Amino acid sequence: MTLPLIIYRSLRQHALSTIITAGSIALACGLLMCVWMVKTQSQTAFTQTTTGFDAVLGARGSKLQLVLNAIFHLEASPGNLAWADYEGIKRHPAVKTAIPIAVGDNLRGYRIVGTVPELFEKVEYAPGKKFAVAAGGRFFGGAADAREAVAGAFVARKLGLKVGDTFKPFHGLAFDEKNQHEEVFTIVGVVAATNTPVDRVLWIPIKGVQTMSGHDAKAATDVSAVLIQLRTASAGFMLDMMYNKQGNRLTLAYPVGAIIAELFGKIAWFDQVLTLVAYLVALVAAGSVLASIYNSMSARRRDLAILRALGARRRLIFGAVVAEAACIGALGAVVGFAVYFGLLTGVAEVIRAQTGVVLDVGAKHAVLWVCPLAMVGLCALGGVVPAIKAYRTPVAETLAPVS
Amino acid sequence: MANSLRPMLAVTNLTKSFVSPEGVRGEIVRVREFALAAGEQVALRGESGSGKTTFLHLIAGILAADGGRVTIDGAEMTALGEAGRDKLRAGKLGYVFQTFNLLQGFTVLENVVLGMSFGPRGADRAHAKEVLERVGLGHRLGHFPGQLSTGQQQRVAVARALANRPKLVLADEPTGNLDRKHGREALALIREVCREHGAALLLVSHDEEVLAQFEARRDFAAINEAGRAGFSPLSGETRGKAD
Repeated sequence: MTLPLIIYRSLRQHALSTIITAGSIALACGLLMCVWMVKTQSQTAFTQTTTGFDAVLGARGSKLQLVLNAIFHLEASPGNLAWADYEGIKRHPAVKTAIPIAVGDNLRGYRIVGTVPELFEKVEYAPGKKFAVAAGGRFFGGAADAREAVAGAFVARKLGLKVGDTFKPFHGLAFDEKNQHEEVFTIVGVVAATNTPVDRVLWIPIKGVQTMSGHDAKAATDVSAVLIQLRTASAGFMLDMMYNKQGNRLTLAYPVGAIIAELFGKIAWFDQVLTLVAYLVALVAAGSVLASIYNSMSARRRDLAILRALGARRRLIFGAVVAEAACIGALGAVVGFAVYFGLLTGVAEVIRAQTGVVLDVGAKHAVLWVCPLAMVGLCALGGVVPAIKAYRTPVAETLAPVS
Repeated sequence: MANSLRPMLAVTNLTKSFVSPEGVRGEIVRVREFALAAGEQVALRGESGSGKTTFLHLIAGILAADGGRVTIDGAEMTALGEAGRDKLRAGKLGYVFQTFNLLQGFTVLENVVLGMSFGPRGADRAHAKEVLERVGLGHRLGHFPGQLSTGQQQRVAVARALANRPKLVLADEPTGNLDRKHGREALALIREVCREHGAALLLVSHDEEVLAQFEARRDFAAINEAGRAGFSPLSGETRGKAD
């Protein structure tokens, strides 16, 4: 009862510095957990986001660019491939499904992708999950020249698109209102949210992109990439050999997850810098506990001396100061969870808006208990220096009666 | 003065010296013999800077003596290490300071409970409340010292010193910060409560009015043989005329 009372009253007595210090701990703790979780969650989410495809076939170039363009709808296309190439791989016995896509237009910055109805009919974007359309809508049909469009859930929400709305596409992947096409497309359905990059795309029949006014007539049958589902895993290595090592015209990006993992490998240094910054923030926060308590020691000396005069042992005084520092750390760690959830939700929303990839904000990870405990430990450590000062408080001198 | 049986307080050949900021060692306390019987109340007359606070600190074990012996209720304070002195002080002593030395961040009740918690009986809120009621502060339990008058603060200090049922109460100029009326009341209260608890009382003061109320009075200068040209250990200044 004595120790908790001493700690509680001391925290109350120095409420402002307690709040400010705990706030800095909360920021540090929240930031550290957030950096860690964004790192691990995004790596997991991005490498697992394949939207149901094993490989991507595209023009000769970077595999990463191919995957980012065809799966994540982020990068520019490395080039086109002929319709015959699509037909060729579609017929390959190792290929289960081949879906061509064509890119090159946008609606107010959201990408318009031309494809075939089989994407919605045959493909499971995640195990056991097929594309579904929201009530009152439908996917576009087999008529290649139909001016119909299906909106991804995110883009529909952001642009306020609903069934029956019409739009004219803009040329290019970046929005420029001066480059609007004449063709008018009608929204016939909104795809139910998939929590994948697909949600950020407006889908139209592939012919619509290929024959859009202003597009190169010579490329009227070209496709930007072919999304591939394989019958077996070993087929991927066989196709890799065929296209990447023996051929020199096309590139097969396989496996999709491994290629994204390579990207994370390349930016690992950035990751390390972020982690280092977070560690430093944590150290600074622990230092602030030390400084805060140490600076208040002059004001507390008399109280400590009184406690000693009442019979409090030195080790109790030492323990009280260390425990107080740990309590500030614990308080900060608890508030740190609010900071963490706030930050992570914000970051996840940005990532979702920019890439369509959804982070699991409620995911559990060891860092969520290791980090708060480590902060409490660091703060307790920060309390040791002022605790030593408290331990050494000369009682008689501090009580200083004017005798 | 000393009890023919075992005295509550016995001081023998107690010495304490300090080194001045100039590096000169000066003796401030040299008491050959001093004793107090159980329940006895003695006032020590001493001027400011005469070393009487140091003497009380040595008795209370707040300061370690250079030599000699202090025995309280049969336990030798001077033979103990710091932790042992803390324990003995918490168990057998009550201390009333001139400046009250209340913990400003703690309520009146908490101040008294804390004073008890380091002793062998531990914190006893019910008893703390009783003692506070006894000193007339039953209605101020949740107040902080800063919300009380100086007279009330001194009563809290008295309650804290006595709540642990000490065998010996040391009072260092307990009325020094009070006006005459409150000083008289506080002194009467200390003496009365000590009597009720059967505690011996050693009070030091330079106030003749306070001293006059004690049947047993001693001159600190008469029992302290330390040289007159010493220095005040707490101010670090050489004692001079003002003493």
